[in-house]
Amino acid sequence: MIRVVVSTAVIDLAAELAALERDGAVASFTGLVRGDDGVATLELEHYPGATEAALGQLAEAASARWSLTAATIVHRVGPMAPGERIVFVGTCAPHRGAALEACAFLIDRLKTDAPFWKRETVNGAARWVEARDSDDVAATRWE
Amino acid sequence: MRLLYFAWVRERVGVGEEEVTPPASVTTVAELVAWRAAASERHAAAFAEPARLRAAVDQAFVPLDATFAGAREVAIFPPVTGG
Repeated sequence: MIRVVVSTAVIDLAAELAALERDGAVASFTGLVRGDDGVATLELEHYPGATEAALGQLAEAASARWSLTAATIVHRVGPMAPGERIVFVGTCAPHRGAALEACAFLIDRLKTDAPFWKRETVNGAARWVEARDSDDVAATRWE
Repeated sequence: MRLLYFAWVRERVGVGEEEVTPPASVTTVAELVAWRAAASERHAAAFAEPARLRAAVDQAFVPLDATFAGAREVAIFPPVTGG
């Protein structure tokens, strides 16, 4: 079962985790907005249609590679405050190894393969967040 | 053909999308960007550093030297920063 959601709605962690409980092992990653350097607001822009397609392809790839029972990717878009959940990745498999590895794969590849852009506001001034080389390195380890 | 812009590329150009008809000599995304850069000062500013641009043809990520023959939609944007 694959579930991909791109939405402005708050991520319901309990509901997402419960929906994944379909086999022996569930692994998950939750990303929260950091308030580093006085960030007051983080806004996520995305490429409607292409975003959902990219996330769906990643979930399909992970499901095939690790024989997952279920995979969920929920990514929030629009304005968010520090401490709010921005992304949730969850996997379910018969055993922990596959669930944990697939979860790490999904969050690493999501950062480089899906069309999202972060804009942060600090002291009333907005700036686009620069991509990090370390994210590219993390994504390539799964090739 | 529809040309889409996102993030600071969109802000610099001033619009999120435009309908364009590139000349037949323009076949790759890089050539499309160079051709469009001549459209206005805003386009020139957005496309001044092609090394900072990424692209998608019909919603699939491609390198800038990819061709877009027959595409309905090409998107130009900065490196992605989701997650």
